[in-house]
Amino acid sequence: MLLAPSIIIFLFWQAADKIGMASEATKANITLQWSIILIIFFPICIGLLIFGYYAVKGYYEHLPESSAEITDY
Amino acid sequence: MTQNSSKGMGFIIGASSVGTLIEWYDFYIFGMLATIISKQFFPEDSGTSALLSTLAIFAAGFIVRPFGALVFGRLGDLIGRKYTFLLTLILMGGSTFAIGLVPGFKSIGWAAPILVLILRLVQGLALGGEYGGAATYVAEHAPAERRGYWTSWIQTTATLGLFLALGIIILIRQGQGVEKFSSEWGGWRYPFWISLLLVIVSIVIRMKMSESPMFAKVKSEGKTSVNPLKESFGHRANFKMVLVALFGAVMGQGVVWYTGQFYAQTFIENVCKVNFIDSRNILLIAILFATPFFVVFGTLSDRIGRKWIMLAGMALAIVTYRPIYQKFIDYTNPANRTGLLDVAKTTASNPVGTLDSKDKKKMLVTVKYDTAYTDGAVYTYTKVDTIHYQDDYSGTTASIGYILPGKNNPSILDTVLVKLKPAAGVVLADGITYAAVDKKSAKQGVVVEKSVDSSSFWKMVFLVFILILYVTMVYGPIAAFLVELFPTKIRYTSMSLPYHIGNGVFGGLVPFLGTLIVEFTKTKELPGGDPLAGLWYPIGIAALCLIIGSVYLQNKIDKEVMD
Repeated sequence: MLLAPSIIIFLFWQAADKIGMASEATKANITLQWSIILIIFFPICIGLLIFGYYAVKGYYEHLPESSAEITDY
Repeated sequence: MTQNSSKGMGFIIGASSVGTLIEWYDFYIFGMLATIISKQFFPEDSGTSALLSTLAIFAAGFIVRPFGALVFGRLGDLIGRKYTFLLTLILMGGSTFAIGLVPGFKSIGWAAPILVLILRLVQGLALGGEYGGAATYVAEHAPAERRGYWTSWIQTTATLGLFLALGIIILIRQGQGVEKFSSEWGGWRYPFWISLLLVIVSIVIRMKMSESPMFAKVKSEGKTSVNPLKESFGHRANFKMVLVALFGAVMGQGVVWYTGQFYAQTFIENVCKVNFIDSRNILLIAILFATPFFVVFGTLSDRIGRKWIMLAGMALAIVTYRPIYQKFIDYTNPANRTGLLDVAKTTASNPVGTLDSKDKKKMLVTVKYDTAYTDGAVYTYTKVDTIHYQDDYSGTTASIGYILPGKNNPSILDTVLVKLKPAAGVVLADGITYAAVDKKSAKQGVVVEKSVDSSSFWKMVFLVFILILYVTMVYGPIAAFLVELFPTKIRYTSMSLPYHIGNGVFGGLVPFLGTLIVEFTKTKELPGGDPLAGLWYPIGIAALCLIIGSVYLQNKIDKEVMD
């Protein structure tokens, strides 16, 4: 559960670091690259966070035996 | 056994696989021709073009795949599998053919890259909808005890699509020659046009297919989902299975697949500097021998379960990636050559000087050195010196010459009005004036291209075969695994999203992120960076997936997928 926020912080820190270090000529390209990375991985990290939450709460201790358990809302 | 009444499993597999294979083929040819495409559709020497090409080539096609999964997955669960993947096939074929018709940047300007970008997005969307449909369709026809075996045939199509794309591109390139192949309306467009023919054949075949029996039954009973997206991701009971599928299986499978096939090719070509034909032949042969193992591991998964085969593939990849890629470097490192230098066959071409079209004070001097070894390897070094003329000398007419190593007399390249002073390596000799380039402004670049010896070639084929063997372990059983995880009425939607996030995003970004990580390791002391550093991304993702999968996945084979 802690992994997801750690990854998000790491990615933002890396993005700020690399964009800050970039020369004027490459800044736009590097900003774009990191924007793509952040836009893609941010929602995935949210998914990982939810997965961690479910795991901590014990929702995976019992996995469904049949589809009825999944669709029986 | 659930079976199509009039046609056997062979027809069902064949009809589904041909379409899926063609979609993979369409998707791959864009990536394989990326260098030519970026030159044809983007302006030269423009910062903006670099931005657009980054978007178009590295990201767009992959990023939209999960959206395609949502759009077409929903359709598949609402109207049926057959018509949905017929639609994705038409979209993919149409957009691929259209890419081959878009005029270059020279003809229509910025409309060219914008059109290509839009068509590439359509390709990504279509692929996002195709795979889930085909895998679901086959799995819903297959007998329970052989579901892994039958769905593994669908899994072979991704690799065979790559094989087909590589083969066709190499054949056309060899037949036409590099220059003609790369011209605006040259042979690089043919693979896009060929797609139309392949798609028409596939559509005719798929039109003869009937709807999945399971979906037909659910539909006849009025039990289809009203809102597949909400039922797939809005309810915890199903959403938790989507998450465990993504983080415990598909995420690792995606990086192992792309590292084994695409990153391997990029690495052999760009880091090891193996030439175009050799690097592709290595991959082609390895694919040919490894592809049957998709079916082997698919069949095995019917007996011992899906989980541990997939996780074993990831574990092997984690442990052996770095040693295998190190071997690629070793086999192509001139310092490790066992063959002796073959002096008789080691040659240097005559230097060719080209005045820069925009900057008349700049000349590019190109010399090609073929360094031959007695074991058959030939390393070609194309050295380019950039000569910058000085402004601060009184002008005089002089001949620019270039002295090859070991030679006394310079080759005369051009006679121009120069204002130069001497520098190492490059001299001007005109018989009257002795001058050369300013040392500070002389820039040199060396492009290396290696034709590997027979022994190294086959060793590299074997190593790529091992990498693809891992791919077959993780990828062979995954369709059956995903199908068994979700109920019929929301299966298409539920399995497509994690599959395309895992493969399109985690896997598809392996070459891009791998290269980016190598860039981060570049320092003044190590200007080339650590060439193996890019492997930490797939290794890290596969390791995380291995841990999650080991703890949270079930190894049970769900025989009842009719529910």
